[in-house]
Amino acid sequence: MEKRVTFRGWILPAALVAPQLLISLVFFFYPAGQAVYQSLFIPDPFGLSMQWVGLGNFEFLLSDPFYRASFVTTAVFSILVTLVSMIPALFLAVLADRLIKGAGTYRTLLIWPYAVAPAIAGVLWLFMFNTRVGVVAWYLGLLGYDWNHVLNGGEAMGLVVVASAWGRISYNFLFFFAALQAVPKSVIEAAAIDGARFWRRFWTIVLPLLSPTTFFLLVVNVVYSFFETFGVIHTITAGGPQQSTTILVYKVYRDGFVSQDLGSSAAQSVILLVVVGLLTVIQFKVIEKRVHYG
Amino acid sequence: MTDATKIAPLAPAHEPPPGMVEKRGRGLWLTHALLIFSVLVVFFPIWLAFVASTVTQSEIARPPMPLLPGGEFLENYRRALFQGVNVPVTTMLVNSMVMAVGIALGKIVISLLSAFAIVYFRFPGRTVFFWLIFLTLMLPVEVRIVPTYEVVAGFGMLNSYQGLILPLIASATATFLFRQFFLTIPDELAEAARVDGARPMRFFWDIVLPMSRTNIAALFVILFIYGWNQYLWPLLITTDPSMNTVVMGIKQMFPSGDDTADWPVIMATSILAMIPPVIVVVGMQRLFVRGLVDSEK
Repeated sequence: MEKRVTFRGWILPAALVAPQLLISLVFFFYPAGQAVYQSLFIPDPFGLSMQWVGLGNFEFLLSDPFYRASFVTTAVFSILVTLVSMIPALFLAVLADRLIKGAGTYRTLLIWPYAVAPAIAGVLWLFMFNTRVGVVAWYLGLLGYDWNHVLNGGEAMGLVVVASAWGRISYNFLFFFAALQAVPKSVIEAAAIDGARFWRRFWTIVLPLLSPTTFFLLVVNVVYSFFETFGVIHTITAGGPQQSTTILVYKVYRDGFVSQDLGSSAAQSVILLVVVGLLTVIQFKVIEKRVHYG
Repeated sequence: MTDATKIAPLAPAHEPPPGMVEKRGRGLWLTHALLIFSVLVVFFPIWLAFVASTVTQSEIARPPMPLLPGGEFLENYRRALFQGVNVPVTTMLVNSMVMAVGIALGKIVISLLSAFAIVYFRFPGRTVFFWLIFLTLMLPVEVRIVPTYEVVAGFGMLNSYQGLILPLIASATATFLFRQFFLTIPDELAEAARVDGARPMRFFWDIVLPMSRTNIAALFVILFIYGWNQYLWPLLITTDPSMNTVVMGIKQMFPSGDDTADWPVIMATSILAMIPPVIVVVGMQRLFVRGLVDSEK
């Protein structure tokens, strides 16, 4: 889409785009280019010179069992976060949608966790499950379950998943609730008159009408769990125990800043860049669909 | 016997009985009960943090800690705000505020300007610029942390507000949003402005900007929360505790090794850290929902 009426001149528009162009070049394109460049080298141990290794960093990474394990961990983590944040959100949205009065109040209450930063959410959940003082861990102990996410990889994964999904429930609830409100009441009533019970109406009418929103949320939540959950992992487990919660973004950080393995970290950045590219393409396809079905 | 009473038993067959679509009676109470229960579950972590911020360290250290607030509210918050662990929380709150407002305003200003140029001018390089901006949509800062850190360090911007803010305003979402909106402004307005001899910037100030008020406000809400909740970037570039933001600084309050964490102060800090974004989200709910939906389109 283009404007019919435009203004003349090029100095003014050039000046108008200059700030964004400058910031993008300095803090975006240059670093992204550097990441690609550095991924082709290995710095010597003293950081004085760089040795060209071509695709060596990538070959090493892809044959590194820890890196492959991190891929699997990321996949498991993002699928779980997506499910744990979307299913309760849909359930709550369906409940709120059945109310004529008071739905707004529940919405106001349920959007709170969205405002809580992932890192703060991490601290809150860590506090509940802390092995020494955590209330939930203590009551689990009373029930005979010995909770210890510091030693048990599965429990650590469960905890970071729940802490990451918690705030996302608000987000997904808002989108599901808006989509449910947009489902035409006449269709639902027609089905009800024909004798379709709630569950039948839900499976055959409501859920198919929600599918564009659902696909959209699937993609957005996967992107979230890939890139925005760093704070949760860093506060609760720091990637442990034994790397069982080391997702890809966390590994880029640890290899780059803690182990100072710059070549490998840059190569990981490039791989992530490809992953983001793919996810973005999928996201745009999905959004096109969403707009299409309205 | 009147006709009405004879017809009455048939009536329910012709219209759906109440409760088929919207819940009434028992079903309504069940729906409310389930919702209230869910809200309580969702709120439990926040409630527990609040309770922990009002009791003493020894009450927490002897599990199970109480589930109702204690009497140490003022003392714990005073200690958090004015002493903290490494640095008073007040300092971190100010840093967070500067960073969040800086990111929100910075993004809005540069995006308004460039979107105006893209929509209302035909200038050489316009298409190239458009695609350059489009590419920046795809790369979250998490992916290019090492080289971005090196650039910021090279400029000597570690431990500075510029270093916290500038790399995070290089993103295209806002530009696209404003472009979309400007395209819906009727052409007649620009035409009239031109006929009246108004210069482009006058048109921008007097017509485009006032018309964009709601969009700007909605975007501000979203970007403020985005900025406030940043974690990884401040963690990398603020090594000086007095430049820490509250969201990243809270992790620094945990002792290394086996020392016991000062839970009441840490929990008071976590409550303080969530108050500004919660006020923004709940207080400006309508703008927030609108901004959320807009920025995902």
